[in-house]
Amino acid sequence: MKRDPDKLDRYTAPERVNHWLVAFAFILLALSGLALFHPAFYPLSQLFGGGVWTRILHPFIGVALIFSFGSMFFRFRKLCVLTPSDWEWLRHAREMMGGDDRNMPEAGKLNGGQKLLFWLLAACMTLLVLSGIVMWRAYFSFLFPPAAIRLAAVVHAATGAGMISLIMGHIYLAIWTKESIGAMLYGKVRRAWAKQHHPAWFREMTGGRK
Amino acid sequence: MALQSLDITRRSATTTPSPGQRRTMEVAKLIDVTKCIGCKACQVACMEWNDLRDDVGINHGVLDNPTDLTENSWTVMRYAEVELEPGKLEWLIRKDGCMHCANPGCLKACPAPGAVVQYSNGIVDFHEENCIGCGYCITGCPFNIPRLSQKDSKVYKCTLCSDRVAAGLEPACVKTCPTGAIVFGSKEAMLHHAEERIADLKSRGFAKAGIYDPKGVDGTHVIYVLHHADKPEIYSGLPKDPSIGAMVELWKGATKPLASLALGAVAAGAFIHYVTKGPNEVSEEIEKEFEE
Ligand code: HEM
Ligand code: SF4
Ligand code: SF4
Repeated sequence: MKRDPDKLDRYTAPERVNHWLVAFAFILLALSGLALFHPAFYPLSQLFGGGVWTRILHPFIGVALIFSFGSMFFRFRKLCVLTPSDWEWLRHAREMMGGDDRNMPEAGKLNGGQKLLFWLLAACMTLLVLSGIVMWRAYFSFLFPPAAIRLAAVVHAATGAGMISLIMGHIYLAIWTKESIGAMLYGKVRRAWAKQHHPAWFREMTGGRK
Repeated sequence: MALQSLDITRRSATTTPSPGQRRTMEVAKLIDVTKCIGCKACQVACMEWNDLRDDVGINHGVLDNPTDLTENSWTVMRYAEVELEPGKLEWLIRKDGCMHCANPGCLKACPAPGAVVQYSNGIVDFHEENCIGCGYCITGCPFNIPRLSQKDSKVYKCTLCSDRVAAGLEPACVKTCPTGAIVFGSKEAMLHHAEERIADLKSRGFAKAGIYDPKGVDGTHVIYVLHHADKPEIYSGLPKDPSIGAMVELWKGATKPLASLALGAVAAGAFIHYVTKGPNEVSEEIEKEFEE
């Protein structure tokens, strides 16, 4: 069944490229957005060539994220539908974080936390895009009344901070769960890893064999 | 832009004290709407002193020209025809421009350090060399004053002639006004002068005459004498109770530092979790199962 008998295919090359494009655009957006968020972060604008470049580049990188995230959304949308067992998994997530995974329902290719993150990120993206356009003074703000621009500023800043903390959590969990960064970099995982972290997917892929 | 660099009370996006060694007298410009004849000499004086020329526009059939503030027109006269009592037409002419708020929404909203400053004399000034062109000041201003230039993507507005004031001169509009409708001096003296004007107007039958120095922005350094101070909106939409407003407070208030701390807490929490719980690895049993 497998070209490489030892490892399981987890993400295809286009999926991986897409993920890292999203990651790259997101990090640039987070750094440039934070520069405008609070004076404590303003020095980050130096990474982009100063405050004016930060202001110019941020929304265009946002447009790049709309396309790359949009493409990832359609790739993973079906995979991320939450099942009752995923909700059960989420109810036990705290035990899992405490290091006790005995009561965890079997996770599929993605666990409940990963699926929930996907939908939360999609919701954040929607809000960020809508509010970002209203705030984009050079091209769009003149179309909107001041009250709408003020609301958009609050929504954009709050959702931006929310999405940054979600992604910080996402990055931490990838570091915490050893070998999972390799899965997104190279596309393949060890069978033992699959059985440990995604047992239902492991069975589906192998019929339960080693 | 101006010359006083020792007299700054507040700078935008700055968390440390501003260079404020010197305290200067709080100033104000008083615009007595009841004395204004709408000649636009002040508009011309503003263009002259600041060496600005707006594009030649089109005639809109009314005297308002240009019809709105622009990056080259920092003050405009607004003409309103109002009938408070039927058959009694009043022509209300208001010189519009930056109010130099004591609590300026533009400064609060600006993300660029030092792009907006407030001098201790009360003047709110844009330092365009620090401006990044985001337009947050426009979002933050309760009077809809700053204008973003198409040419250089910087914002411009009335400086209250901070350069002239720094050298002990009155603003150009004040100097030129032929009826004495615009006067300039210490805020205290201007409030006193306004009181005298209001007493005079009341004696002439304007029972609601009053001063416009809105408390919602902690007062302003451009103040009006109005014949109908109870209805500022009839003067081409002068806001009745301007303030920075709940949305801008939420956007730029305590939530930002708190959210920044929360982001730091997420990072610290993750680190502590890693150190206390250790990584999430494949268990020994499963590793054994797959050995051989
Ligand atoms: C998706 C499309 C996006 C668009 C069109 C967009 C647009 C904008 C615009 C126009 C601004 C105002 C400042 C400026 O002119 O640069 C802004 C600010 C900001 N953006 Fe975005 N943005 C987008 C995505 C994001 C994302 C994904 C994040 C989070 C990482 C983010 C975080 C921020 C933050 C934190 C600010 C500063 C907000 C403030 O202090 O009010 N943006 N964005
Ligand atoms: S009127 Fe607007 S631009 Fe002028 S000081 Fe007040 S908030 Fe700033
Ligand atoms: S446009 Fe310039 S002055 Fe206005 S908020 Fe942005 S950086 Fe500050």
